[in-house]
Amino acid sequence: MFEKRINIFTGHFGSGKTEVAVNYTLRLAEAGHKAAIVDFDIINPYFRTADAKEELEKNNVRVLLPRYANTNVDIPAIPAEIYSLFQDKSYKVVLDVGGDDLGAKAVSRFKEEITGDDYEMFFVINTKRGMTDTAEKIYEMLALIEEGANVKVTKLINNSNLLGDTSPETILHGNDIISEVSEKTGLPIAITAGMEEVINGLGSFELSGSEILTMKKQIFLPWDKG
Amino acid sequence: MAEKLLMKGNEVIAEAALRAGCRHYFGYPITPQTEVAHYMAKVMPKVNGTFIQAESEVAAINMVYGAAAAGARVLTSSSSPGVSLKQEGISYIAGAELPAVLVNIVRCGPGLGGIQAAQCDYFQACKGGGHGDYKNIVLAPSSVQELYELTVHAFNLADKYRMLAMILGDGMLGQMMEAVEFKDKEEIYSADKDWACTGTKMQRESNDITSIYIQPEVLEGLNRKLQAKYRQVEQNEAMVETYNCDNAEIIVTAYGTVARIIKNVIKMAENEGIRVGLIRPITLYPFPAAAYEKYAETPEAFLSVELSAGQMVEDVRLAVNGKCPVHFYGRTGGVIPSQIEILNEIKKILNK
Repeated sequence: MFEKRINIFTGHFGSGKTEVAVNYTLRLAEAGHKAAIVDFDIINPYFRTADAKEELEKNNVRVLLPRYANTNVDIPAIPAEIYSLFQDKSYKVVLDVGGDDLGAKAVSRFKEEITGDDYEMFFVINTKRGMTDTAEKIYEMLALIEEGANVKVTKLINNSNLLGDTSPETILHGNDIISEVSEKTGLPIAITAGMEEVINGLGSFELSGSEILTMKKQIFLPWDKG
Repeated sequence: MAEKLLMKGNEVIAEAALRAGCRHYFGYPITPQTEVAHYMAKVMPKVNGTFIQAESEVAAINMVYGAAAAGARVLTSSSSPGVSLKQEGISYIAGAELPAVLVNIVRCGPGLGGIQAAQCDYFQACKGGGHGDYKNIVLAPSSVQELYELTVHAFNLADKYRMLAMILGDGMLGQMMEAVEFKDKEEIYSADKDWACTGTKMQRESNDITSIYIQPEVLEGLNRKLQAKYRQVEQNEAMVETYNCDNAEIIVTAYGTVARIIKNVIKMAENEGIRVGLIRPITLYPFPAAAYEKYAETPEAFLSVELSAGQMVEDVRLAVNGKCPVHFYGRTGGVIPSQIEILNEIKKILNK
């Protein structure tokens, strides 16, 4: 799953993009790649890549945040420093994009830099979200996001979850719906993502040949922290 | 029960309102509640409802007044500075005895303040942010599931008492995601809205929705009627969760998301042999004073923990009525207190 140099994570807001992108980046670094993650979210005021900054930096990941992330103002400006990541090709880059077509608009701003490079645009799907719980609704969201991003999605990610209430069935049910999307669109399900304890319960189920991203929770609520 | 979905607090408010039969939403976007408007903008056209992004907060609350006067279930939502702007309309709604639901997903103030979570609008919500002798029913959910249930409840209470019912949640609650289980069918309070302006068809006297009364004695009559209604609300509608209070050395009191932090603090304290109880008001008005009266002489002390400089603590002191010392710990500016910070505060009070 680490073939490409630029890895863009898009999806419906609340699909778990940030959790997936942060975990993906940590694995990228673990596999020995020189990794960088950009908080590309111009929508969300809370629960951002910035929350995992310490953990990421501890693992030698370069973290680029909007200057005002997690502050008291709503000025989601993407840092100019991002250009250095398009120039310095020694990095594997993760872009954690904001939700829906509105969040995806940030991608269109860098269309030339992205499409001129070696890139993957992932579409993260949680089938337990009301606006992406059927194949039809997922097409609608996919089309909206591609329109906003002005870049086509290349691969799908199954991140179906109910947070703490997720069971292996949640993931398998998601896999059924997303497989239908995959067949219709020709986009492969590249990754199935889930928290360690749920993934361990999956056993040897067939998951449309996708790779598994075993995650550890990185984005916390105040009462989940020690 | 229907299947579970993963939802954001703000989305659930909108979805719950729709399930409660609300088909009219008027609002103005402001972080951290904008997803309510966003959701309504997407869904209302599909259910033949009305979504209007008003030109201002003042306009939005007056649209609410209009829809409520016509007998419709109606919602508006905003965040702190926006709710300040709505206060005139809120007072008029109270004066005209109109049922409506208002959501305040609170951010930190004063002034423009900031977008991070706070509970600094307790006074504004419960003590009359606008002019005149009036009350709003104020509900304080602490989970996304409860946000769903209490939003439906708010519509029922609003209709039952012809009052404004307010959902008071902090930004954390609006922004966080949790699994929600929806009921197949909601319990809807069916009010005979024979007072509403629905057109006389020349077959009855016209209904007047107003808050102006020319004669002082008549206006006093309205005030007496309102007060009698508020006493009824106080008697019937208080909601509270008490936890671990029976042998508590200290009872912590907190509402909304802060109560979630306290539940973990209780576990931490237990490990150190300290017995901590929790009183969590679910209705802020009516304030569940009886729960405090019941336990007023149980602990060595009470501690109110808030994301404010000390607001609910005043009602706690009134309810405890001098029978036990009441302490306060709060953080402001969007800072959330950590569990260890609160535990240390508890130890300090108990000299441990």
